[in-house]
Amino acid sequence: MKVIVAEEFFVTEEKKEVKKKRKKKKVSSESDIIVLDHVSKSYESGSPALDDISLRIKKGEFVFIVGDSGSGKSTMIKLLLRELKATEGNIRVLGYDLNRIRHRKIPQFRRNIGIVFQDFRLLKDRNVYENVAFAQRIVQTPTKLMKKNVPAVLASVGLAGKYKAKPKQLSGGEQQRVALARALVNEPTLLLCDEPTGNLDPKNSWEIMNMLDEINKSGTTILVVTHNKEIVNEMKKRVITLKKGVIISDEEEGAYIDED
Amino acid sequence: MRISTLFYTIRQGFRNIFRNKMYSLASVATITACLFLFGVIYAIVMNLQNMVHTAEEGVSVTVFFQEDTSEERIKEIGDLLVKRVEVSKVVYVSADEAWESFKEDYLGEYADGFTENPLEGSQNYEIYLSDVSMQNSLVTYLQSIPEVRKVNQSQVTADTLTGLNSLIGYISVGIVVILLGVSIFLISNTVTIGINVRREEITIMKYIGATDFFVRSPFVIEGIIIGLVGAAIPLGIIYFVYNNVVDYVLNRFSILTSLLDFLPVSVIFDTLLPVSLGIGVGIGFIGSFVTVRKHLRV
Repeated sequence: MKVIVAEEFFVTEEKKEVKKKRKKKKVSSESDIIVLDHVSKSYESGSPALDDISLRIKKGEFVFIVGDSGSGKSTMIKLLLRELKATEGNIRVLGYDLNRIRHRKIPQFRRNIGIVFQDFRLLKDRNVYENVAFAQRIVQTPTKLMKKNVPAVLASVGLAGKYKAKPKQLSGGEQQRVALARALVNEPTLLLCDEPTGNLDPKNSWEIMNMLDEINKSGTTILVVTHNKEIVNEMKKRVITLKKGVIISDEEEGAYIDED
Repeated sequence: MRISTLFYTIRQGFRNIFRNKMYSLASVATITACLFLFGVIYAIVMNLQNMVHTAEEGVSVTVFFQEDTSEERIKEIGDLLVKRVEVSKVVYVSADEAWESFKEDYLGEYADGFTENPLEGSQNYEIYLSDVSMQNSLVTYLQSIPEVRKVNQSQVTADTLTGLNSLIGYISVGIVVILLGVSIFLISNTVTIGINVRREEITIMKYIGATDFFVRSPFVIEGIIIGLVGAAIPLGIIYFVYNNVVDYVLNRFSILTSLLDFLPVSVIFDTLLPVSLGIGVGIGFIGSFVTVRKHLRV
């Protein structure tokens, strides 16, 4: 009997300690934009896409996430946007607990995040101005403000003269700049870029990356998923390398790690 | 919701309609067909009911008494009859009145030769029914009264009218229910097509942080507009065609003019207008709302 009681005592003590630790984490996570705590994600078939990932990204950081296809990069983006739910572990993004967030709070959460895709994802039937204004309409910005914000952000990405062009009439680089303008117009705290240079030539890729660097200097946290080796190596930012769902390296001023 | 958002949503709703022109047209056409049939059936049923009702009011049972029955006894029986539920009105026709009416109807000026009332002893009650289907039980009751000499009734008319009335009711309800089902199915298809065309746009909207309401509203507005247009067209057609049809029927079958008593179009529209608009908007709303829910899980 006594032994059992003692065991129970230890268990509760342990639990208390764990709770204390968690509380500490919460406090310290104030300056952390993204906190992944032993996160795993597995789909119904096959091995887990992400396996026991833990990482923190602080406010104002510029982080590359690299790895080849199947490494779990896309799954990571989907988890961060709460498009998917983690199978295990805790995810906190911008102070929201993504395991517990209510369905109707998700839009509110996503309004703090800008997103840029490899394939631009512009609305083909609408002109440049409308494509950017679209993001403002969704968050119900008053029309007056919208009429100021949209031209300003378009000017900042160097598209001041192209309001009326349809996406088809633009080059790939220009289209990605429209997409970037759309991501920025709502002034997000965090900017997620999923292979932003994947469809661009080197010149346009560098233009986009330099813009991202500028945006980062003004305080926006940026996370870029990419496998553009040259850019990663040259920019000397924090690099997190994923392989088969596991973080194999996380370095400040890191470099692209080759497979072999 | 901001006013500008509301306008934007409505614009998007219209945009959807014009983007899938063919499907929008198909949906409008179905609802139009459905509500047109509904309207026609409604107009016919209303008119028939009105005619049946008028005819019902005219159906009467006539009771004659034994010659030696006293006036007091006849009055007593009259009082008893009035108290019965199926009886709406009892009219006493004295022998003189019966003769007057007979003279007028059949003899005209040739009646002058009669100095005495040949119909002496034919005083009677004309009994009007509130419910024709109760006629048989009333007749049985009347025949059980010993002073009653004879009961005249119009058996055929009563049965036919009752049967016709409920038959029309059942058939019309059946047709309308089937058509409503078809309409909802078609609206649902139209919206599904719209969603598939716009799936990418919806994905982007959700990434940017659009609420479910914001994503859903244009589709629901699309459905409602389709429903409204689909309701307005048949209402317009029925409104303008109704009087022409009535005139045509009255001219063509002029013999029946006394029997055919058509309702004015305004009476038909008192109910048809709100009900049709309600059904149109209703199926538009339900069709699109349910479909968006199913296909987006936004």
